[in-house]
Amino acid sequence: MRTLLALAWRSLRNRPLTTVLTIAAVALSLTLLLGVEQARRGMRESFTGTIRGTDLIVGARGGTTQLLLGSVFGIGSPTGRVPWPVYQRYASHPAIRWTVPLVIGDSHRGFRVLGTTAAIFEHWRFRSTGRLTFAQGRAMRGDAEVVLGSEVAAQLGYAIGATVVVGHGLNAVAGLGDHEAHPFTVVGILARTFTPLDRALFVTLDGIEAMHEPEGGEAHAGEAHADEAHDERADSATAIADAHVHDADTARAAPPLMPGAPAPPVMPGASPPPTMPGAPPAPAMRFTDEPRALSAFLVGTRTRYETLLLQREINQDRAEPLTAVVPGVTLAELWRTLGTIEGGLRLVGVLTVVIGLLGMLVALYSSLEARRREMAVLRAIGARPATIVALLVFESGVVTLVGCLAGLVLVVGGFALAQPLIEASTGVHLPLRWPGATEWGYVAATLVAGLLIGLVPAWRAYRASLADGLSPRL
Amino acid sequence: MTLVSAGAPAIACVDLRFAYAGGPLVLDVPDFAIARGRTVFLHGPSGCGKTTLLGLLAGVLRATGGRVQVLGSDLATMRGGQRDAFRAAHIGYVFQQFNLIPYLSAFDNIALPCRLDAGRRARLGRTSLDAAVREVAGQLDIAELLDRRATELSVGQQQRVAAARALLGTPELVICDEPTSSLDADRRESFLELLFASVRRTQATLLFVSHDPALASLFDEVRSLPAINRAARREAA
Repeated sequence: MRTLLALAWRSLRNRPLTTVLTIAAVALSLTLLLGVEQARRGMRESFTGTIRGTDLIVGARGGTTQLLLGSVFGIGSPTGRVPWPVYQRYASHPAIRWTVPLVIGDSHRGFRVLGTTAAIFEHWRFRSTGRLTFAQGRAMRGDAEVVLGSEVAAQLGYAIGATVVVGHGLNAVAGLGDHEAHPFTVVGILARTFTPLDRALFVTLDGIEAMHEPEGGEAHAGEAHADEAHDERADSATAIADAHVHDADTARAAPPLMPGAPAPPVMPGASPPPTMPGAPPAPAMRFTDEPRALSAFLVGTRTRYETLLLQREINQDRAEPLTAVVPGVTLAELWRTLGTIEGGLRLVGVLTVVIGLLGMLVALYSSLEARRREMAVLRAIGARPATIVALLVFESGVVTLVGCLAGLVLVVGGFALAQPLIEASTGVHLPLRWPGATEWGYVAATLVAGLLIGLVPAWRAYRASLADGLSPRL
Repeated sequence: MTLVSAGAPAIACVDLRFAYAGGPLVLDVPDFAIARGRTVFLHGPSGCGKTTLLGLLAGVLRATGGRVQVLGSDLATMRGGQRDAFRAAHIGYVFQQFNLIPYLSAFDNIALPCRLDAGRRARLGRTSLDAAVREVAGQLDIAELLDRRATELSVGQQQRVAAARALLGTPELVICDEPTSSLDADRRESFLELLFASVRRTQATLLFVSHDPALASLFDEVRSLPAINRAARREAA
């Protein structure tokens, strides 16, 4: 056995070029297969781990995928809006532990601006244990403060203290519809997360509101407060005012955005803010605490069971058409729709390994003719036909084994080397992982296939050695 | 497993017949025997069935009919694996040329039969494989070449390495299939001298096949294959 292995090894070393090329073919093909698998797993983990720790995402009635893409990935527009009182109602729901409001609809030089609260930094988790941390600075507090995602800061070269002017609408062209009257000051920069949050700016809800004020809005602040009592919806407005003391304190009240409009006037992302600097306030309008509307809000519940009950409750809300999604479930669904691409990639990888092994078959098979004499010599010194078969199977086995080891080293080493490059160029974080069960399965399957393929030349050599005996017909 | 009786002749073929699958009879040998310890020169023109006979005696081919007794064991009744084991343990075989595994050193070529087969290894007794290889290499005057790769040796050196391999472990029967045909006259002579000396020392039986009658005088006995093979005679007639 050991003699045969040594013999196989020396035989292979006797043909260094063929052997090295064959090993390289096996190694590279396996590298591709494992690399695809590794990248696929990494991307899936990265993708499905974009948001963790959040039990529900609630938005206006609409498609679950649209809600998820809009609120988490910043892709497409939000499903609609959630009136502030509705949010308030759920925020105090007994099953809910915490909520994070999201207002989407503005952007800064191609990066989306999220109107939210500092609670988002506490509750948004990503991948297995990731938490949002500040690389510099702190959370935004005032309505003129902004926190930057890491990529925003890096690409635009902003540091703490920089001034940011937000444009209206997603993907706005710089300069068009900029809210120049309300610049923000950078107070914090987040550490890199490799989630869409890296490409977002965070401002307070007040900030969003203040931004959408027409210029000179402050002049009406007093009137706004004066008119409060006349508001037919005073009750709800007061409730909101209480909840947002900060609003009242700064007296940065909003003048009427759309006089006479029945709908809540602030609708970020939906329509350009009408600017009416000189228009007198309509007496019946509230200014300060006009119910704001959210694009969506994140919910943390107390138990998993309550999550499901709450999801049903929200989806069946009679007062307001809402959609609640469990982010993990919807992410997984979304990922599955990409399954065909995955399957295709995997198929390509498997076929490459097959081609690599066929290369080995060709190399071994074509060497046989030249080795018939060698087989006859082995037979003459007492080798059985089975020994000849074993020798050739060992040769293919050694080639496959070395190829597999080299492939593993290439994959692990390649990912270690390429990881920073991939991160830098695509923003996709591929975690370095030791190959999992699937990868080992591929390695094992390749080894077995290599040995089986080795049986083909071995069988031929066996037949030839039986027919040739001690006198190969050269 | 392979019973070798000391008193039995080295080779005893009775009514040996052989035909390749579906082909005509190549060998039909009513009686062919060689006593122990003899050196026998077997000659005949090419195509008279010499190599086939050697294949049968070595147990690589199986007789179509009759008996092929080597060292008292009937190879015709053995299974393939048994014949292989028998050959490994009791027979040394030297080819016409290209005797060596090209990717092994001279040493490893000589040692290979003992490494592949426990029976052959057992024949070394208490002598270590290394010592046994060096001893037989010394007899054949190739002790200096043991570390060389087979492909780095001259044809004459290769044949001596092949002879050393055949003699290692002192097999009872040494079969040579025209081992000198690729050597020039000088080398042929020195090769045969070394071979004979080693065979005599181990008291092995030597069956030497050649079509070159000039060598015949060196041997104890001279046999003509056409004379003992009726199949060849029929074909000639």
